[in-house]
Amino acid sequence: MKQFLAFVKKEFRHIFRDRRTLLILFGMPVAQVMIFGFALNNEVENAGVVVYDMAGDYESTTLINHLDASSYFFVERMAHQVEDIEESFRQNKARLGIMIPADFGSKLLRGEQPAIKIVSDASDPNQAQVLTSYAKAIILTHVRDRAQIQVEMPIVQAVPRMIFNPELKAVYMFVPGVMGLILMLVSAMMTALTIAKEKELGTMELLLVSPLRSAHIIFGKVTPYWALSFLNALIIVLLGITVFDMPMNGSVFLLTLSCLLFSLCALALGIFISARANSQLTAMLVSMMGLLLPTILLSGFMFPIENMPMILQVISNIIPAKWFIILIKGLMIKGSGMDMLWMPMGVLVLITLVLSVAAIKNVKPRLES
Amino acid sequence: MSSLPHIIRKEFTQISRNKVMIPLLFVMPIIQLIVLSYAADFEVKNLNLAVVDFDQSQSSRQLIQKFTASGYFTLVGNYTTTEGAMNAIERDQADLVLTFPLHMERHLLNRQGVEVQLLLNAVNNQKAGIASNYGQQVINAFNSELLSGISLPEGMKPITTDIRESYWYNAELDYKTFMVPGILAILVTMLTAFLSSINIIREREMGTIEQLNVTPITKSEFILGKIIPFWVIGMVVMSFGLVIARLLFGIGVAGSFVSLYAFVAIYLVAVLGLGILISTVTETQQQAMFITWFFMVIFLLLSGLFTPVDSIPQWAKALNLINPIKYFVEVMRSIMLKGSSFADIRTHFVIMTGFAIGFNLLAMMSYRKTTG
Repeated sequence: MKQFLAFVKKEFRHIFRDRRTLLILFGMPVAQVMIFGFALNNEVENAGVVVYDMAGDYESTTLINHLDASSYFFVERMAHQVEDIEESFRQNKARLGIMIPADFGSKLLRGEQPAIKIVSDASDPNQAQVLTSYAKAIILTHVRDRAQIQVEMPIVQAVPRMIFNPELKAVYMFVPGVMGLILMLVSAMMTALTIAKEKELGTMELLLVSPLRSAHIIFGKVTPYWALSFLNALIIVLLGITVFDMPMNGSVFLLTLSCLLFSLCALALGIFISARANSQLTAMLVSMMGLLLPTILLSGFMFPIENMPMILQVISNIIPAKWFIILIKGLMIKGSGMDMLWMPMGVLVLITLVLSVAAIKNVKPRLES
Repeated sequence: MSSLPHIIRKEFTQISRNKVMIPLLFVMPIIQLIVLSYAADFEVKNLNLAVVDFDQSQSSRQLIQKFTASGYFTLVGNYTTTEGAMNAIERDQADLVLTFPLHMERHLLNRQGVEVQLLLNAVNNQKAGIASNYGQQVINAFNSELLSGISLPEGMKPITTDIRESYWYNAELDYKTFMVPGILAILVTMLTAFLSSINIIREREMGTIEQLNVTPITKSEFILGKIIPFWVIGMVVMSFGLVIARLLFGIGVAGSFVSLYAFVAIYLVAVLGLGILISTVTETQQQAMFITWFFMVIFLLLSGLFTPVDSIPQWAKALNLINPIKYFVEVMRSIMLKGSSFADIRTHFVIMTGFAIGFNLLAMMSYRKTTG
């Protein structure tokens, strides 16, 4: 035990000696959370529209003003031919084109149906669909207002009520996701280099001839970083609550436990990578390239997991960030208790155990040639 | 320039000597391209619908039937209380709950409007918005059927318009078409940025930089010698990726190959210059790695790869002006999907050339051949 404590002390010294890295470790996650919390937005707003107005009458002009006034669109330019719309699409200046036929006003007033055409740059299919439906809604409301029908109608009206997030804020999506992403990568990268570095610098031999056992080496490496990661997690959670108005509806104790558990899991993964890698470069490539996109894409941070093909839904289960995001959303937004959260917690414990055992097994008692 | 080929050969030898590197550099990005392109899909389908039906009438059953027949919704539960349904939402068993009020049918037969409540799980704001939209559509269709049996009062004309939509460049609205060029762009960027940013600092940490410093090699030869091998690797991975995009995903290059490759060539020089710059100003591999990661994640998430760039705030748009990844993702999608010509994206070319020159000049200036 005494040896173990001495080893942990050595590791702490290593970390605190390098002030610059320490600054990076705490400064960067904070900067990132701030940037993303304020900038990331999955709503579609401010899209450029090209209008090809063949009518040029009162009806079409008021309709165009109506479109321009909404927060979703601004009229980027007036087209004189269909090719103009295409050109704006190719130059990424507009996402939507609206073609108003020459007989728009006259037909409308006669009670016939003039045909408006909406074309969209569907290279981004999601945005194209959303913008098209917004434009449709604006056009239909505009036309209906012109009609002024005021008769009591036996119709069913839907009253939507948004639960957990009444204002449909995007931060509810992004803050847990960014927390998971940053904690995962910072923690995994911190430890991924440690053992690889000792190997590269030749100090690993010193450790191996010492009376320390593999497990001691691993836990000694993890302990100081665990403290750092947990501090990082705490700072990010506090930022989420104070700066981004995330609610805190669940138990603080469980949230703390989740953060501790998740950072331990990420650290174990880092150690495992480190034990396997033969140089810092490989350790880095695996932990960065191997983790960044999968953590963003397969964790439910950006894309709903239930939309994915079955095989990817299965794979997503081994992504620790997925479970952490479920925990954070459950605790902060929904206020769920242990009865709902035992599963994600249990899975995280399991992943952590497997990774730790794998890491200990892979720290070889002897160096290869 | 006589020493340039030697240093290039040295880098290649160094890379190929490490047996893990080849699969890491070539196989990992390709696997990610294939797997992750399937993961990115915003299309919301299979929404789980729960129902609280206080009316138990023919109308309510009809409306439920309309919901399930629309293809967007799967009926997962019939609850007798709102609390029960709310609980299903909390457990993520239901995405939305439709509540029919008592006497709904009686009101409708009396030609009165009624309100049905749609409770939506809005933790995912986007999904909730779309689900609400779909629900609205179903109810609108239900309404027009109701109204079709009713004649308008005398002298009133139905004023309406007929809207036709068409989707260009991606008529099937396939999300993979959108994601594949973007993900390929990110993978090539990550690979080259990490390789270059750790390179010089690694030589310094291992002490081999001294051996290079005592050779007669000039600063610019040194930087070039570092850039060219990684540039070649980037180009090869890029080409692999394009082949996969064509063969596996059926996404060809709609525009000109020459413009695409010309842009990638300039872009890689810029990214590698940035990497080398980071490598010369940091003290350890760990620092270099964290700084590269920091920029990488910010550039990546603001690039428009996943979220629309139109809706980010002004200051973030300003930040995006110096975001190389944003330009690259945009160019990849424009040329591959929309067939944009060189003239359409010439500003992108100009800006990227500026980055390439700027980063490399800075890298050259901050690299010292002396130590200590």
